[in-house]
Amino acid sequence: MWENLQHEFYRFFVDNGASSWWINGIKTTILVTLLALVIGVILGGIVGMIRSIHEQTGKLKILNGICVVYLTIIRGTPSMIQILIFYSIVFASVPLNNIIIGGIAFGINSGAYVAEIIRSGIMSVDKGQTEAGRSLGLSSGQTMKMIILPQAVKNVLPALINEMIVLLKETAIIGYIGTVDITKAATLVQSRTYSAFVPLISAAVFYLVLVMLLTYFMGKVERRMRRSEH
Amino acid sequence: MSIKGEVLIQVQNLTKKFDDNMVLDGISAEICKGEVVAIIGPSGSGKSTFLRSLNLLEKPTGGKIFVEGADITDPKIDIDKHRQKIGMVFQQFNLFPHKTVKENIMLAPVALKLMSQEQAAKRAEELLARVGLPDKADAYPGSLSGGQKQRIAIARALAMNPDVMLFDEPTSALDPEMVGEVLEIMKELADTGMTMVVVTHEMGFAREVASRVLFIDGGKIQEDREPEEFFSNPQNPRLKEFLSKVL
Repeated sequence: MWENLQHEFYRFFVDNGASSWWINGIKTTILVTLLALVIGVILGGIVGMIRSIHEQTGKLKILNGICVVYLTIIRGTPSMIQILIFYSIVFASVPLNNIIIGGIAFGINSGAYVAEIIRSGIMSVDKGQTEAGRSLGLSSGQTMKMIILPQAVKNVLPALINEMIVLLKETAIIGYIGTVDITKAATLVQSRTYSAFVPLISAAVFYLVLVMLLTYFMGKVERRMRRSEH
Repeated sequence: MSIKGEVLIQVQNLTKKFDDNMVLDGISAEICKGEVVAIIGPSGSGKSTFLRSLNLLEKPTGGKIFVEGADITDPKIDIDKHRQKIGMVFQQFNLFPHKTVKENIMLAPVALKLMSQEQAAKRAEELLARVGLPDKADAYPGSLSGGQKQRIAIARALAMNPDVMLFDEPTSALDPEMVGEVLEIMKELADTGMTMVVVTHEMGFAREVASRVLFIDGGKIQEDREPEEFFSNPQNPRLKEFLSKVL
């Protein structure tokens, strides 16, 4: 019984390169997600701010126009097509690591959703907060950075965490550009072992654990930000 | 009786239109150093819009506003610099909910590099003592009563060492039992010689503390007199009607 189990474990997780697929796969999923998260949050934050400043003051017309085009294209096309375009067209002649290409593509994709979340957060902060900041002599940039954004992010943190979870799982399509992530590792092991159950369930469990870790970590951030509410 | 100092704010033929609605219809006024000017009037009369124009939270449609000699309606002017010298207290307090009371007070002087962290902290403690809330330094605004919030808001504005303080209906959002504590702080502030412009519904405050009372109705200043005369011997028929309703 014990020997049998050990044998099965080796078949699915160690032998014939299985171990390196799984390890690399998990590493890839984590790295692509982290890179995309950073790009997505920065890009989304900037786009969201530009959009809300335009909405509230009518300024930044041209930048806002560019942002609207960006949001329309990214949200109107499948992420699968986007990543293929980045891999086969945009970076076709650039010798970049697939993980970096994937991180950029998913980051640009996620940025569009983050932007709308941030914009709704900024719009949710009372106008009096801006007035209070400006009446003290702070510039609009200082008011945004020190007064509006912290409150906006706090208000939309649950939605932001949700977007991060979606992003993590969305990276499962990166196998299409020939990169071994968790999903690709599972299908590779499946094709070597002629058995679907263990590799696919394992992949699901790996994703689940990563999502739970992300949720746990972001939950800590959220609790810290809620400190001011007692 | 107030001794008039130099002119601090001069408003010339100020107009403000929201779409087709003429909210301010040619207002001219002067506010001198050390004056406490109360502005009263029915709701929708334009009194808050007038006050908010003085630090350009409302952009005038026409006319000029000079603050300490500088025309703040000039688009080339650095309005942030002038706002540093014009404190403002809002009806809804507008404290920063994600900052502690002390951080609320310290934020602007430190961000604008007018004070070091230590100087601002010391100033915050002084101001908290002055508004009677020294034990609330580390509390968040969410845990304070309305009256306490407004006292903190006054302290926050004072931290910038302003030359004039604008109050936009500072007691209108308060429960009745908290109005007194805020008016008391404002009275003490007036006694120190601070120049104050106060939009208010508190006729008692206007009568006792103000050196001048303006009555605004229909976007115009209808009456501008010392409180004694203003209340005991109103001339303008609209003011008479207004006072008969509120007194």
